[in-house]
Amino acid sequence: MALDQIIVIIVGVGLSVLVAWYFWFSEKKGVKIQASDTGIQEAVIKVKGGYTPDVLIFKAGKPIKLNFIREETAACSEEVIFSDLGKKATLTPFKTIPVDLKIDKPGEYNFQCGMGMLHGKLIIE
Amino acid sequence: MTQRDPVCGMDVKSPSEFFVERNGERYDFCSDSCKTKFINEPEKYLVKPKEKQAEPKEKQAATYSITSNGKEKIDIPIVGIHCSSCIPTIESEIKKLPGIDFASINIATEKAHIEFSNSEVKTGDIISAIKKAGYQTGHATISLGIVGMHDASSISQIEEGLKRTSGVLSASVDLATGSVIIKYIPGLVDLNKIKNEIRKLGYDTFDTSGVKPDKLKDSKAGEEVDENQAAREKEYRTLMKKFIFAAVLALPVIFFSYPTVWNLPEQFQMGSETLRLIWVAMSILSLPVMFWSGSQFYTGAWAGLKNRSANMNTLVATGISAAWLYSFVATYFPGVFPSAELADQFFDVIFVVVALVILGMALEIRAKGKSSEAIKKLMGLQAKTARVLRDGNEVDIPVEEVVLDDIIIVRPGEKIPVDGMIVEGSSSIDESMITGEAIPTEKNVNDEVIGSTINKTGSFKFKATKVGKDTTLSQIIKLVEQAQSSKAPIQKIVDKVSGYFVPGVIIIAILTFVVWYVFGPSPTLVYALITFVTVLVIACPCALGIATPISLMVGVGKGAENGILIRSGDALETAQKLDTIVLDKTGTITEGKPSLTDVITANGFTEEDVLMLSASVEKSSEHPLAEAIVNGAKDRSIELKDAQNFNAVPGYGVDAEIDGRNILLGNIKMMEKFKINLGVLEEESTQLADDGKTPMFVAIDNKAAGIIAVADIVKEDSVDAIIQLKKLGLEVVMITGDNTRTANAIAKQVGVDRVLAEVLPEDKALNVQKLQNEGKIVAMVGDGINDAPALAQADIGLAIGTGTDVAIEASDITLIKGSLKGVVLAVQLSKATMKNIRQNLFGAFFYNGLGLPIAAGVFYPFFGLLLSPLLAGAAMAFSSVTVVTNANRLRNFKPKF
Repeated sequence: MALDQIIVIIVGVGLSVLVAWYFWFSEKKGVKIQASDTGIQEAVIKVKGGYTPDVLIFKAGKPIKLNFIREETAACSEEVIFSDLGKKATLTPFKTIPVDLKIDKPGEYNFQCGMGMLHGKLIIE
Repeated sequence: MTQRDPVCGMDVKSPSEFFVERNGERYDFCSDSCKTKFINEPEKYLVKPKEKQAEPKEKQAATYSITSNGKEKIDIPIVGIHCSSCIPTIESEIKKLPGIDFASINIATEKAHIEFSNSEVKTGDIISAIKKAGYQTGHATISLGIVGMHDASSISQIEEGLKRTSGVLSASVDLATGSVIIKYIPGLVDLNKIKNEIRKLGYDTFDTSGVKPDKLKDSKAGEEVDENQAAREKEYRTLMKKFIFAAVLALPVIFFSYPTVWNLPEQFQMGSETLRLIWVAMSILSLPVMFWSGSQFYTGAWAGLKNRSANMNTLVATGISAAWLYSFVATYFPGVFPSAELADQFFDVIFVVVALVILGMALEIRAKGKSSEAIKKLMGLQAKTARVLRDGNEVDIPVEEVVLDDIIIVRPGEKIPVDGMIVEGSSSIDESMITGEAIPTEKNVNDEVIGSTINKTGSFKFKATKVGKDTTLSQIIKLVEQAQSSKAPIQKIVDKVSGYFVPGVIIIAILTFVVWYVFGPSPTLVYALITFVTVLVIACPCALGIATPISLMVGVGKGAENGILIRSGDALETAQKLDTIVLDKTGTITEGKPSLTDVITANGFTEEDVLMLSASVEKSSEHPLAEAIVNGAKDRSIELKDAQNFNAVPGYGVDAEIDGRNILLGNIKMMEKFKINLGVLEEESTQLADDGKTPMFVAIDNKAAGIIAVADIVKEDSVDAIIQLKKLGLEVVMITGDNTRTANAIAKQVGVDRVLAEVLPEDKALNVQKLQNEGKIVAMVGDGINDAPALAQADIGLAIGTGTDVAIEASDITLIKGSLKGVVLAVQLSKATMKNIRQNLFGAFFYNGLGLPIAAGVFYPFFGLLLSPLLAGAAMAFSSVTVVTNANRLRNFKPKF
């Protein structure tokens, strides 16, 4: 086996491991959202090719307000769906679209775009 | 936004930390103690919406409404406006005040309508301004809800206390609605003063100025729909421009990329100087294609990367970047490659893939617009204005301002703005948009009308019973949206796959590169690169992600169009697996109320005589069957007479006199009591009873005259629907509390084989469970109120609605039109939708499952099969369009009867 082939194998396998680690196994840091004086846990989520932040941590039993701002016109992110909660919102581009939630049961609740390409998660403690 | 604390009446910020959700309504409180009070005794603090409108409407009444943002609207009656020329004087005087947003005087109603922010100006200031202009204001009437008023002593305390307040003319407490109606002179006293006065007396107040629909929110929702549509259109146009740009450039690029294929002259072949210059041109042109036409691939990929997530954009961006990089080196530094044949370019891949994928995205936007048409159609149904009777005048107001108990006038051809009940007039109404029933329904006084349906022939007035977000239409929209955002269980497989899909594809692409480089034929680097790019470009995560939700959206929307409301994807998926369908008899198979079925005569009496006399007698009776006889006579245009000496014999029947003739009407015991010889009638009555009817004997002047039979008749289309259900392979079971004889008679009539008779209402759920224990998947069809436990027990509960009750909690599917055909339709629709979902999923899995190995060149060693990245790009581009288009086929779903 020639040297270049060995290098390609090593680099290729290394890259594969890197991809797997980066997308699957690296731990995503959640953003903890504090309740304001009014008792609402309010967060702003930027929507552009993904949700930023995409993992949000809330306290159970208190109202949650997620303000989505979709900073793109690509149709992919037009809808945000909270299928565990039966909620859906159409995000008008460059506008703040609030989604009001209240989750009593601690756990993880996923949300995603209408096509299942972009993912986010609410962690309720 | 502020909300009123229902306990203490304070304005609190909503959403507040302290709140309770009750019957779908949210109540905010100022403190934990108010919240606790409310939880312990919610009824005490809640006034039913109907009662909230106890405000008397008289000509000289001022009306208040306070919006959430501190803006106040007020109508102040003005005395003595005679000419339109005085109006500007008053208006300008009012407008001089600070904080006035709007002031206008209606000479017809003699009222000033003023909108102002209550932090800057008080009602009293406005009154003074009107006085300054030389006019007097009339007295106003308001209704205030009072908390904690229980007995007569508090009534007098409040009434007396208020009357002592200067400016208050009268105060009268209505204990039934828990409110006080106050007449007062605005200017001398205002709402806050009155509230304070009441508070001083030890009671809390709450506003009863009408249940205002959340106008702010509603109008926003309406705008959003349009804005979203506009944004989608804009995106489509942008994408098309990007596509055309890339596509036009792609043509010459393809031409010069395959000189051998087109047999071009020598100077355009590999290695020539001309071709090298052409490559340089391509490398320059490729930049705008990548970074303008294909900009979203890069922005999307970058954003995803930051979030540690990968998507379609990641794949395309990586693929075209790799192709570009290689081609760039081949063009500018061909010497880098060990052999000349390696120095080839792949600019064509960039142009073609970008153009095709962009085109695919554009087409998808178009197709998706159609998929969500059903909900848009529903939203568009909402009427914009209503012609309301206010203070004796007809006024056109926006539909959001209609409050409960408003009297609304509807003319032929107009849309009915909100739900209500007809109080005057009659008409035939086209309800097809809500119930799916094509034939217009006749409606008379006391009949319900549904908002957004269309009045066909007559004019009528109706009283608003549901407004704002409580209307049938709003409920339907909410339900449909909820269902569309729910997940079908089948989606779970997809969810598992999709999380690993894109990074998986990237890894496969890398490994493909490695394998081709190490083991592939020469030139290995070229093959390795091509397969790498092809794998990236062929994978289509979008098709996978969209397969289930898009069909679900179309299916649920289609249901709504036909008057079938499916609560969730789960319900839709279960509905196609059903084995057994249990039908409640009363109200589901039958009309649910008795009607006249037979008139049999004897001893020479005519049918008309027998019916006329018995109906005339029954006119005075309160027996439930009596109404059926009276209506039966009316239907045959028989005029009724007045009965004398009416006498009801409980357990037997009734007797009375009409025109001097003695009439007996009752059961066989009645006839025996009066020693009437029944003859053949007795046999006839047995026959009728066997048919599930209730026979009543009629005797005139002590001679048997005939039999009148009433029965709960079978709905017109029940027989048909049951045949269809059987054809769908379902076992049909009838459940009823009736005796076996009647039950069997009805079952025979409609063709049901299995009957569960004499089942107590509370045992219906148990019987459903018994069927489930036989290993069957059971649907229960019932009225949603009495049958709620059975509906909840069944795998699928189908509630037969009565028009406006759409949000029946226990049901998985609500049939707005009270016909069994809806059940057939629901099952058919569920089957069609699930079939569509399966097709989509199969397509998406099959496509990826076959496309990826081919692209990776798995079949190359055996069949020499290798895919061009151009074809892979085309396949990716059209896979999601195919899925959406397939889902749109569901829009053509037609019920089969």
